[in-house]
Amino acid sequence: MQALSFSVHIPLVCFGIAFPAMILFVEWLYLRSGDQLYRTLARRWTRVMAALFAIGVITGTILSFEMGLLWPAFTSTFGSVFGLGFAIEGFSFFLEAIFIGIYIYGWDRLSPKAHFLSGIPIAIAGVLGSLMVISVNAWMNHPSGFRLHDGKALDVHPLTALFANSFLWPELVHMYIAGYIVTGFLLAGAYAIGRLRGRWTRYERTALAIPLTIAALASPVQILIGDWAARDVATAQPIKLAAIEGLAKTTKGASEHLLGWYTQGQVKYGIAIPKMLSLLAFHNPDAVVKGLDTVPVDRQPPVNVVRVSFQLMVGIGTLLALLGVIYLFVRIRRKRLPESVWFYRALALAGPASVMALIAGWVTTEVGRQPWVVYKVMLTNEAVTGAGGIPVGYVTLLLVYAGVGIGVVWILRRLARMPMDPPASVSGGSGRASEQPSPVL
Amino acid sequence: MHLYELPLIFVLIGLVFYVVLAGADFGAGFWLLFAGRGPAAARVRDHAHESMAPVWEANHVWLIFVLTVTWTAYPSAFGSIASTLSIPLFIAAIGIILRGAAYALRAGAASAREQRSTDAVFAVSSILTPFALGTMVGAIAARRVPVGNAAGHLFSSWTGATSILVGVLAVATAAYLAAVFLAADAARARDSDLIASFRTRALAAGVLAGGIALAGIAVLHADDQPLYHRLLHSDALAALVISILAGALTLELVRRRHFERARYTAALAVAAVVAGWALAQNPILLRGLTVRQAAAPHDTLVVVIVAVLAGAVILFPSLALLFRLVLRGQLDHGEQDLSPSPPAIGTLLSASAPGLLARAAAACLLAGFGFLTLAEAGWAHAIGVLALLGFIVCGFLADVPSQLEKISREDPATRS
Repeated sequence: MQALSFSVHIPLVCFGIAFPAMILFVEWLYLRSGDQLYRTLARRWTRVMAALFAIGVITGTILSFEMGLLWPAFTSTFGSVFGLGFAIEGFSFFLEAIFIGIYIYGWDRLSPKAHFLSGIPIAIAGVLGSLMVISVNAWMNHPSGFRLHDGKALDVHPLTALFANSFLWPELVHMYIAGYIVTGFLLAGAYAIGRLRGRWTRYERTALAIPLTIAALASPVQILIGDWAARDVATAQPIKLAAIEGLAKTTKGASEHLLGWYTQGQVKYGIAIPKMLSLLAFHNPDAVVKGLDTVPVDRQPPVNVVRVSFQLMVGIGTLLALLGVIYLFVRIRRKRLPESVWFYRALALAGPASVMALIAGWVTTEVGRQPWVVYKVMLTNEAVTGAGGIPVGYVTLLLVYAGVGIGVVWILRRLARMPMDPPASVSGGSGRASEQPSPVL
Repeated sequence: MHLYELPLIFVLIGLVFYVVLAGADFGAGFWLLFAGRGPAAARVRDHAHESMAPVWEANHVWLIFVLTVTWTAYPSAFGSIASTLSIPLFIAAIGIILRGAAYALRAGAASAREQRSTDAVFAVSSILTPFALGTMVGAIAARRVPVGNAAGHLFSSWTGATSILVGVLAVATAAYLAAVFLAADAARARDSDLIASFRTRALAAGVLAGGIALAGIAVLHADDQPLYHRLLHSDALAALVISILAGALTLELVRRRHFERARYTAALAVAAVVAGWALAQNPILLRGLTVRQAAAPHDTLVVVIVAVLAGAVILFPSLALLFRLVLRGQLDHGEQDLSPSPPAIGTLLSASAPGLLARAAAACLLAGFGFLTLAEAGWAHAIGVLALLGFIVCGFLADVPSQLEKISREDPATRS
């Protein structure tokens, strides 16, 4: 159930991380150039951000409810250790909400500079908030900063637990860049669809170029960051790595398998690359990689779930990086946007694909940690609530989320179809009459 | 005052803000349902929506604050409450989802029919959520929540007369607060029809809420003798008296049309009720758990307190800014066209040597690969990550401005 809420919430988080920065960039362009087009673009993006943020607030609230609804034992044992992260996250959420209020309703009502400044805290709070949540997750993967005695956490040092954690930085950077990739590809994809349907004015080109450039630059970088994160996993969570790779036995000079299905202790139908795993994980083709057999069967994660989602993430990530590189190549060699229809078709798919990769990545890290909720400290079934009725709740929540999802798609389409305010107003020179915001947004 | 009580004070302060601010939002939803029909009703609905639009999200985050501080500072209490009272908590959660979704969707609703259906969902969930949260408070106050993972009864723990009473009271209070706030907003907009309609609503809801609260004392006497005695024979009594006085004063202010002042007295009345509850509970948090036993270890408490105080230093000025803008009406529609003279048309980024930036980007990429992927040491990784981020920033700056300039040159037709 939390996984469900989480996968609804997480793409919204990406927008929280990356979208304000992009909007601010466009508004800054407007301030620099006085060109109304950038203002229009920033305003329209602001509306989308507002709708997504409203949904983000809800899913975020639900997630914090679920900490209690589903994991009361987890929270009551370790709340004192990791809760601080969420408390600070609450504050940054707060700041985000306040300044989003000011920013959205402040178009036309604050001076341009004050309005631009009011947007900056949104971007900062988005980053701070995700830093906090990821610090909690990094702690769950690599717990420290306390001593467990008779089921109670003693000697608690929340700051050490959350921020002096070697796991935090790769995870944070990985997620942060993922935020830019997902936002960039989703936005660019929306305008790519526009192009395929024949809408290709200066507005669309500008709106496509900005997010696409970011995503294209970020996606190759993500491969390097991901590799860094994976090496951290190799040392700190060998079992997760073994599950990712479907490595049953501890092996010297282990080989890497692409695709395939793990069954009866080996990967079937996969392409094996000898010694590659040892090389990747430890920079040594003959390094020993720990296998699943180092822990009893009931302490092993479900191998295929972890493996498939990891491969999905890496596969999609690689394709996205390829798309990014193609784009950059065309930009550098031809000095123009790509013209092939196929490029835009691929781009339209890249957005949803990047969301899939994102969710697959979280599945890898979360399921890969199973059966532990706090790695090697607390089992998931020790953390779960004693109250019954979880299936009922699950189905209800699923229905509600499906409804919300349909609603979001619907409203985004509505927003996309809303008449564009500026060209008319710009030529009229007043630029105000037509810029009345819609009643709520 | 002990260290372990301090976070609880923060929680209670957060709760007061949540009840007063978000309560008013819930109440606005309540009035959507009882707006009646016709054009006058449509104006009531629009007014209710517009008044809370800029502050809705910020008001709502108080709940997240309350939850996170509770589970950090009093983890075992939080776990017990959330598991025993999982059903009302879940109802509240669903209510919050539906409410927020309906709210976001209203922006896209074009036809009156679409708007009515989103409004209906919004209104129903606005009643359900405070009711469910109220029953939880009632259950805690009546000490029906024992310590442990789902140790209390899943239903009877929150369906007692006290719980239902607090739930109903929560809805009535929300409606009352909302009517007072909306009347004040209408007074600011000098809309005499709206003032009149919300003034009537505020008076009616105020009398009703007061009546429920007084009748509630009788209910408590019958249902929960201990709570009744704790409320009437301790410091809690003073808080209740303050609440009654503030409530009566609010009614009088509303009657005399001093709506701005009524805002604050209404808030005071609600805050006093929360304080009264806290005083009556003290020092027991749950059945078999004192505040002291529930508190997290010393280090955590210190860090939480420091974090909350530091956060408050940033938060309250921002919040004050938002509310000042809202209360002064700067964020209202159609007023104060501050839209300034457009800034002088400057060059689009003094095309700062894109060639140089591109080369810097390439260098950053190479350095990033070297330090992050090939090197082993932690410090090298840090440099590598910074270099890669530098690559993204330099690459973006190298490419985008020149590209945008080109786009605007190619397509002068739409250039303004």
